[in-house]
Amino acid sequence: MMADLNITINGRKHITPSGSTILEACLAAGIDVPGLCHHRKLDTAGNCRVCVVEVQGWNSLAPSCVTPVVGGMVISTESKPVVEARKVLVDLLLAANNCDCLVCDQAGDCQLQDLAYELDMDMRSRVFKNTVESLESIDCSSPVLKYDPSKCIMCTRCIRACSDIQGKGIIAALHRGGLMKVGTGVSEWHNSACDGCGECIQICPTGALSEKDSPGVRHWKAKVTRTTCAYCGVGCQLDLWVHHNKLVKVEGADIVPNFGSTCVKGRFGHTFVNRDDRLKTPLIRKNGVLLPATWEEAITLVAKKISAVRDEFGGDAVAGLASARVTNEENYLFQKMMRAAIGTNNVDHCARLCHASTVEALAAAFGSGAMTNSIAELEYAKCILVTGSNTTETHPVIASVIRRAVHRHGAKLIVVDPRKIDLVKDATLWLRPKNGTDVAWLNGMMNVIINENLHDREYIEKRTMDFEAVNQVVKHFTPDRVEAITTIPAEKIKEAARIFAEAEVSSIVYAMGITQHITGTDNVLSIANLSMLTGNTGRRSGGVNPLRGQSNVQGACDVGALPDVYPGYQKVADPANREKFEKIWGRKLSRDPGLTAMEIIDSVGNGAIKALIIMGENPMVSDPNLNHTGKALDAAEFLVVFDIFLTETAEKADVVLPAASFAEKDGTFTNTERRVILVRKALDAPGEAKADWKIICELSTALGYPMDYSNPSEIMDEIAGVTPIYGGIHHNRIEETGLQWPCPNEKHLGTVYLHKGEFKRGRGKFHPVDFIPPAESPDSEYPFILSTGRILFHYHTGSMTRRVDALNEFVSGAYAELHPEDVKRLGLVHGGPVRLKTRRGEIETVVRSTEMVAAGSVFVPFHFAEAAANVLTNDALDPKAMIPELKVAACQVIRIE
Amino acid sequence: MEKKVLLAENQPEFGAGLLKALAMDPSDVVGEIRDSGIKGRGGAGFPTGVKWSFAADANSSVKYVICNADEGEPGTFKDRILIEKYSQRLMEGMSIAGYAIGGSKGIIYLRAEYPYLIPAIEKARRTLTDRGLLGENIQGSGFNFHIELRHGAGAYICGEETALIESLEGRSGMPRNKPPYPVISGYLNKPTVINNVETFCAVPHIILNGAEWYHDLGSGECAGTKLFSISGDVGKPGVYELPMGAPLSDLLELVGAEDVQAVQVGGASGTTVPASAIHRALSFKDLPPGGSVIVFDNTVSMIDVLDNFMDFFVHESCGQCTPCREGTLQLQKAIEMIISGEIHSLEELDGFFKLARVMKTTSKCGLGQTAANCFVDIISNFTDFHRDNCSHEGDE
Repeated sequence: MMADLNITINGRKHITPSGSTILEACLAAGIDVPGLCHHRKLDTAGNCRVCVVEVQGWNSLAPSCVTPVVGGMVISTESKPVVEARKVLVDLLLAANNCDCLVCDQAGDCQLQDLAYELDMDMRSRVFKNTVESLESIDCSSPVLKYDPSKCIMCTRCIRACSDIQGKGIIAALHRGGLMKVGTGVSEWHNSACDGCGECIQICPTGALSEKDSPGVRHWKAKVTRTTCAYCGVGCQLDLWVHHNKLVKVEGADIVPNFGSTCVKGRFGHTFVNRDDRLKTPLIRKNGVLLPATWEEAITLVAKKISAVRDEFGGDAVAGLASARVTNEENYLFQKMMRAAIGTNNVDHCARLCHASTVEALAAAFGSGAMTNSIAELEYAKCILVTGSNTTETHPVIASVIRRAVHRHGAKLIVVDPRKIDLVKDATLWLRPKNGTDVAWLNGMMNVIINENLHDREYIEKRTMDFEAVNQVVKHFTPDRVEAITTIPAEKIKEAARIFAEAEVSSIVYAMGITQHITGTDNVLSIANLSMLTGNTGRRSGGVNPLRGQSNVQGACDVGALPDVYPGYQKVADPANREKFEKIWGRKLSRDPGLTAMEIIDSVGNGAIKALIIMGENPMVSDPNLNHTGKALDAAEFLVVFDIFLTETAEKADVVLPAASFAEKDGTFTNTERRVILVRKALDAPGEAKADWKIICELSTALGYPMDYSNPSEIMDEIAGVTPIYGGIHHNRIEETGLQWPCPNEKHLGTVYLHKGEFKRGRGKFHPVDFIPPAESPDSEYPFILSTGRILFHYHTGSMTRRVDALNEFVSGAYAELHPEDVKRLGLVHGGPVRLKTRRGEIETVVRSTEMVAAGSVFVPFHFAEAAANVLTNDALDPKAMIPELKVAACQVIRIE
Repeated sequence: MEKKVLLAENQPEFGAGLLKALAMDPSDVVGEIRDSGIKGRGGAGFPTGVKWSFAADANSSVKYVICNADEGEPGTFKDRILIEKYSQRLMEGMSIAGYAIGGSKGIIYLRAEYPYLIPAIEKARRTLTDRGLLGENIQGSGFNFHIELRHGAGAYICGEETALIESLEGRSGMPRNKPPYPVISGYLNKPTVINNVETFCAVPHIILNGAEWYHDLGSGECAGTKLFSISGDVGKPGVYELPMGAPLSDLLELVGAEDVQAVQVGGASGTTVPASAIHRALSFKDLPPGGSVIVFDNTVSMIDVLDNFMDFFVHESCGQCTPCREGTLQLQKAIEMIISGEIHSLEELDGFFKLARVMKTTSKCGLGQTAANCFVDIISNFTDFHRDNCSHEGDE
């Protein structure tokens, strides 16, 4: 099989495993062979030919990167013909290059430049004529990158990166011979499907593909800081380049979890930190107008107002919304302030709007409400079921992992989504359910699996409980009945069930399409049932994987920014926990679990809550039924907002406190795979803006509960002391790759996947779930089904991304996706205006005619305040998780004359 | 001088060779071809029997036989004649190959510029099928063989076998890295035999008449006969069949070439033979003959010929590997400078001769490996530069 081979390299004997290339054998022997097209992450191309070596007895030189070793080979890497060839080849490439190294962004980090230097190329007496003049000009049409054919050596790394790593296959080699260039098809870059992830830029060995905006500073002069992306929950590691306290460039760090990849937002969407309209001083409302104030004035005023409410009406008349976008340390201090300084458990955050149902359901089924497995494991799943997650747009780097699983490792992909999302084109099977019928098709799949005896009886018996209860319910969900409820053809349900159950290991990936329903908890319980039924949870590359939407939504939950639990999901209702925290925090704590986010807004509206503290959230765009939210916030007696920009919510505040952005402070985020990773300060915050943890310390102190920490590392030490799952997590342990909780002690190396051998709760618990229709169904008055969601180029309420020019160039405003048939039937036009109306409100936006949505459906991204989708959405709640049904509303589509 | 086998007036009946082969053990068919000594008639001259034995030994239930009918070498038009007149013979040869290696699917990859040959191919396929010599269970032998016709799109490089495979698979015609060779992993990553039209046409004759007969048709170590497409400054251009190993002078005499300055043997990528060397033999040991023989008389400017050839390579280089993509461009520039008088001495061409060497030893496929041959030959033999100063080491 893999016998070892004896070979000779440069006169010395070496042993190398068969199957190695000559290059691999040389590298293993400590002998470097220069080359330009080879890259360890990519399939080999053997294009540049610079890595040729001499093999005794061969007429030609052997390209070492693609030539397999044969026993007895006598290889020379530095013989005269090899060195001659290498120099001629590099000389040829230099002749085809404009070599404007003096002004090239890539200078100092260019492999062609390095090679010319290392080979001591004679640049004074050149044999070869420069051929650059025949090449086309630079393609600057992409919003984020530029391609300069005069610097391109046609190594095709970008082409391979786009297909091998990203699974997109957008870039190709165009034309042939000396006219060959890299491109995206028949037209310029901006007309292609390129979404600007920049994988190609990162892997380009020269300056051919680079950021459209030059960083304006050499890499050795820039201050480069490794940190965690501010956007979604993937937790990509980034290297931020800062020059003169300005963020000038972002690169993906080649380390877990993203291994160099980013999405367009990660690489090009952080320039908001440089914006002039950042908040730089505290603002206090005087005579209806927000005016600049000193920190002392602002903190004194906030403390006075809050203390007054607390002292007159009790702590529960105050509430706080923490943030999925600030660090663990800050969320911990925030909830500690709410609980210890103010005396209420009224603390929640936007996790309520995204994965409250996940936390509820997975805690019940498994004992732990988080993604069971790690991102990297997905690549090796044999079947991946993606449902209610438009992964390409919301978790782009995870989508590329899924595409690799399919295209490079032969996984089967099942997409279940009412919209024809991007992943459908990579899918083995696409099921298109009617919105809000998830329990039905999940039960249908289980019905088929049990009927066909494809379930894992041994696993069910040894590791789970209450299977029979589920069996009793799902037996009524025959494929035909499920077809009637969901409109998915019965045959497809059967096929999906078989693929999922028969695969060696199957993983389920889901997000808001599952959770944001009045049956959100039920949906997730059903998913847990399906995974346990097939024995897939507690296994590498299997499991139940809710993708967390925001950079630190996992962490904010973990450290207790929830009304019913202290840090580490320790129940408030349990007196033993309360006593423990009373002892540690030195204050009497409220015995009652607090209100959830939606209840807080309602209570502010009805006057039960007098004062509201909002840290880095923007409910005026993100909450359902915004007209209701707006009235509630207007009714607040006192509203204080910490943020980096004057958001729609901050505009309603009595006091606004300017915060530091993610790039301006230290701390940690916990990504979707439970990995606690460092956030590092790369530049100074503008003006007088301060890190949220400092603001909280000052405010808490002013409220009579002193907090004094010299840095976030000290705060994490305190968190580790009170949060068992974070017990072994300290900043000095996570400098490189972070640690995945549970990490109970300082020796523990973290947990890659959960429930191995045994579930957190002991036996995994099946929950029988029956189908309940959505709160609103289309009727003659409101005939369309409306759903909302995110798009790749913008993020959440747009407060950051809409301040990034490149992202606005991709998508600048709101729109409504409608099926072409509906567009025609209603007399609408693509790009023309339309009014959408629900029982809660109406907006005007622009029609986008697309078959992504089914006929009778409309989809609106919720990032755009001027046509806020959440004016329309339903605030009906899941009774268990109190998550609103953002994904289904009955809607009118009205032509505007 | 002519010895007509493939082009003989009286030919054995189409199918006779296949019927004989079907009565033999497949390994004996391979052995017969190997013993005949036939080498690939496309020009590279790889022993056909060895190629088939690799494919026969490869462990796969699916194997392919591909006929390279992408006759694109400048000055070559012999395959066109064979397809026009002897498509049944070609298909018979492919079927024998399929039987020998254990494959049941054949593909003819036809040059884009030959659409008028399609009816002849279709007719041959119909005739053979009707006669039970193509299709399922041929003549009750249990052997199945089907042939599909596919069209190129006009790229010279697709005559290179792995580029041809890439093209068949629906990608740009760009040669693959070798190994693996197509006999191990070819079309759709299955073992694949690719031979030229002429090679397949010779196969039934070999089977019918025996390896020894075929071998002895040629002279010296080169077996069989060979077709030559003659063009240029000759009285009687056309396709001629001669024994392998015949001297070039025989051929020139046959076609009525006078006042010869040079002969381009093997197309643009072949050898440029000066009049003083026409005694050389048309054989894989001396002047490897693809099929194209272009004669230039003394009125022709050889540097213009070189310019023309190099334009061709610049145009046809696929562009994926550095030495070919950039090297052909640089040689083209050098030729322009010679023509314009900017280069005066052989010393100034030293770097380009070095380039020619590197192109030969580092290019990915035959195109780049041979594109500089004409440059070296013509500059060395047909220009006013002093040959003594030539640093070029010669070209065999």
